[in-house]
Amino acid sequence: MPKDGGIGASTKRREDVRFLTGKGRYTDDINIRGQAYAHFVRSDMAHGILNSIDTAAAEAMPGVIKVFTAADLAGVGGIPTGWQVTDRHGKPMQEPKHPVLAEGKVRHVGDPIAVVVAETLDQARDAAEMLDIDITELPAVVDMRAALAEGAPKVHDDLTSNLCYDWGFVEENKAAVDAAFASAAHVVSLDLVNNRLVANPMEPRVAVGDFEDHSGNSTLYTTSQNPHVIRLLMGAFVLGIPESKLRVVAPDVGGGFGSKIYHYAEEAFVTFAAKQLKRPVKWTSTRSEAFMSDAHGRDHVTKIELALDADHNFTALRTDTYANMGAYLSTFAPCIPTWLHGTLMAGNYKTPLIYVNVKAVFTNTVPVDAYRGAGRPEATFQLERLVDKAARQLGVSPVELRRKNFIKPDQFPYQTPVAVVYDTGNYDATMDKLLELSDHAGFAARRAESAARGKWRGFGVASYIEACGIAPSNLVGQLGARAGLYESATVRVNATGSITIFTGSHSHGQGHETTFAQVVSEMIGIDAGQVEIVHGDTSNTPMGMGTYGSRSLAVGGSAMVKALNKVINKAKKIAGHLLEASDEDIVLKDGKFTVAGTDKSVDWSGVTLAAYVPHNYPLDSLEPGLEETAFYDPSNFTYPAGAYGCEVEVDPETGKVTVLAFTAADDFGNVVNPMIVEGQVHGGLAQGIGQALLENCAYDAEGQLLSASFMDYAMPRADDLPMFKVDHSCVTPCTHNPLGVKGCGEAGAIGSPPALVNAVIDAIHGAGRTDVTHINMPLTPARVWSALN
Amino acid sequence: MTKVSMTVNGKAVSRETEGRTLLVQFLRDGMGLTGTHVGCDTSQCGACVVHVDGVPVKSCTVFAADVAGGHVTTIEGMANADGTMGRLQQAFQDCHGLQCGFCTPGMVMSAAALLAVNPTPTEAEIRAGLEGNICRCTGYHNIVRAVMQASGQASAAVAAE
Ligand code: FES
Ligand code: FES
Repeated sequence: MPKDGGIGASTKRREDVRFLTGKGRYTDDINIRGQAYAHFVRSDMAHGILNSIDTAAAEAMPGVIKVFTAADLAGVGGIPTGWQVTDRHGKPMQEPKHPVLAEGKVRHVGDPIAVVVAETLDQARDAAEMLDIDITELPAVVDMRAALAEGAPKVHDDLTSNLCYDWGFVEENKAAVDAAFASAAHVVSLDLVNNRLVANPMEPRVAVGDFEDHSGNSTLYTTSQNPHVIRLLMGAFVLGIPESKLRVVAPDVGGGFGSKIYHYAEEAFVTFAAKQLKRPVKWTSTRSEAFMSDAHGRDHVTKIELALDADHNFTALRTDTYANMGAYLSTFAPCIPTWLHGTLMAGNYKTPLIYVNVKAVFTNTVPVDAYRGAGRPEATFQLERLVDKAARQLGVSPVELRRKNFIKPDQFPYQTPVAVVYDTGNYDATMDKLLELSDHAGFAARRAESAARGKWRGFGVASYIEACGIAPSNLVGQLGARAGLYESATVRVNATGSITIFTGSHSHGQGHETTFAQVVSEMIGIDAGQVEIVHGDTSNTPMGMGTYGSRSLAVGGSAMVKALNKVINKAKKIAGHLLEASDEDIVLKDGKFTVAGTDKSVDWSGVTLAAYVPHNYPLDSLEPGLEETAFYDPSNFTYPAGAYGCEVEVDPETGKVTVLAFTAADDFGNVVNPMIVEGQVHGGLAQGIGQALLENCAYDAEGQLLSASFMDYAMPRADDLPMFKVDHSCVTPCTHNPLGVKGCGEAGAIGSPPALVNAVIDAIHGAGRTDVTHINMPLTPARVWSALN
Repeated sequence: MTKVSMTVNGKAVSRETEGRTLLVQFLRDGMGLTGTHVGCDTSQCGACVVHVDGVPVKSCTVFAADVAGGHVTTIEGMANADGTMGRLQQAFQDCHGLQCGFCTPGMVMSAAALLAVNPTPTEAEIRAGLEGNICRCTGYHNIVRAVMQASGQASAAVAAE
């Protein structure tokens, strides 16, 4: 019987009612009396010297309050980077200044040069036309290898080159890895591109700055996944406002997928301008602006090689990757191709020796940072494409080659050669489940049926593992993080027994208001309707690090459980006093405290009322009230894993790929709300299939952004996708967090691209064209057709 | 500025409006009906879909003045008379057809328009009918199920389940 509440129940989402009736409160729905409107004027050149900006004509336009350029931002710091990577030689990465508005140079199409603030948005836009901006265009660098060539134009004149860092991992393994390749029975190699993507949450970014003259307090309303992080970065590094004077609110946020983690220039600008102009200032991104100002994702160029012994055991792996940073370092950019990528290169396999080299490169393009999966999709794509290629090259089954090299259930905890320790897993179980659900046994007949219609059918698999539940603070500190990655929660039990949870996690589609309440309901035994979840406002939630990296439940949920346990312990003491028993003998079940082995009991609300009306209360040993805060810092990452399968049909006449079926078998550990978990996987699959088939962020050689709207950036639409089969019944609970949960937000986007490309290659090979061993994403009809002809 | 009058969710409204004011601005900024969203500037995403005289319209693409005299329905007008969610809205909740909720108003309006002309669509017809609405969160799977449910078809009718 499915449960109808608590942990494990597919409870319907409470937040849906407001979203379905038009009562959501997104940032653009916030209008403050007297607000002015900001319009950003952005570079239409990829690279140039900013000679002068004449603002006089624009400032004379109707309704214009002020035109800001870099010269007006005296005392404002640059946008900081939250992670410092150390290169193979022990040197820190090159870290250029990232000004809020361009200083001296423009470095990518979309780089903000000036801001017009006016009474209305139309007036601001009209006035922007009158700005006289003199830029001397410079040659741009777009291609990463070209950017590293001798004499290439430099994106930042004060850096020694366009190389941000040259990272080797594990550097000490390099010689042993090379030796293993030299003596390998088989070597398989693959060159591939992980295409640049734009996250494109459907809600564009919005920032509203407000300043309260009488208190001197600033407030920023912003579309963020982590308001506390924005408050810290913007307050401490950019504007010099102490936390106590700065409130950051991220209300309902319409999706993020990573792109709303970072601190952006527009946030700092509206907060600064509101204070200076003493009136609220609002900026709403257009979609076109989003394409050139939201951080992009992926954009790796890789050569990867696998060494195998005569029995097809993997003996060594080596990769050589160029990772695009864009023109500036976005908040977490340096860690994505390194610590969130290199550490996952073992995948699900017991490869004993691994060496990963990553060269991070500055180019005249929009900054690149985390996008759903962040580093882990790049790692998985390379590895799973390579293993598939190896199987084909060696003439063995891709499934069997994987199984042969899987880490087996009795080998956990498993120390990989790339620094992480997988706590638990069962990769054969998810592979078995995948083959069952995708009716692998019936594939040959389906392939024959397609062939009869002149179509080529293929089936591809991919295994994946990811590191989620980010992250142990002391570990990431050693690796260069400039932040802690704990999470926090305050549990406020109210006098009548209702509970308000203040969490540092942030929901922008994940449904925390529902799932966190389910956990509380399960632990206390009260109805979830008595539990309110508050998030997204630094003025009432404890300092937390927000939501990304599939961390909310694994880290934020753990903090909440920890705080709830403190509450329960205190409540038992109160109950013990009321029931004249030792608190050790008190049992809490179904919202009732009972003295074990007796029928003496008191309700939850009897205890909570006593806590706030402490007439009969052990005041000598216990404070009144019932409210606790906890911070939880994980001791390890969590490691969701699984097996994905894709079935495609290729039309050899046109090169068109149709996804006929997609199956995902995941091990997420324990699951709080299966309905929501499945929805997360669906969404991830759509983004992964989008990457593999449709999406591509393209620049021309001059650095012009070719895909700058939904007309030329192909988002997956309803008729591009099949129904999905998803399963999360293979469970190995996380061993080190209280709920045994691993996280499910990114898996779909990680496992799906290689499964899809493997399926297309399988279809092509099935038709006898074994000469085609790889096609770079997205597999558009043109690319597939060209590969075949 | 000219006076533009129309009926929105059954109520007569009349406002001084600039010629370049879009219907979505009239609704959001003028009337405070912020359920209708703006997700793009190229008429591609469908976050802004409302009904004008029963027909789905991308409200970012028409001037308010052009629908003068018309009957406009927005997401705020889709509830039952007693204030509970309508059948389609309820189906979206039941089937988890939304996550961040940003595409949702437009999606519901497009789906309602589809069901008005095709009360029992197939999966393929639903997908084709919602092709003008982008959702970045759900992968559409549960949106298709929601429309199936709202049309009284068992979700078992959906192929892969
Ligand atoms: S806002 Fe995107 S179509 Fe109207
Ligand atoms: S629910 Fe987020 S875009 Fe559709």
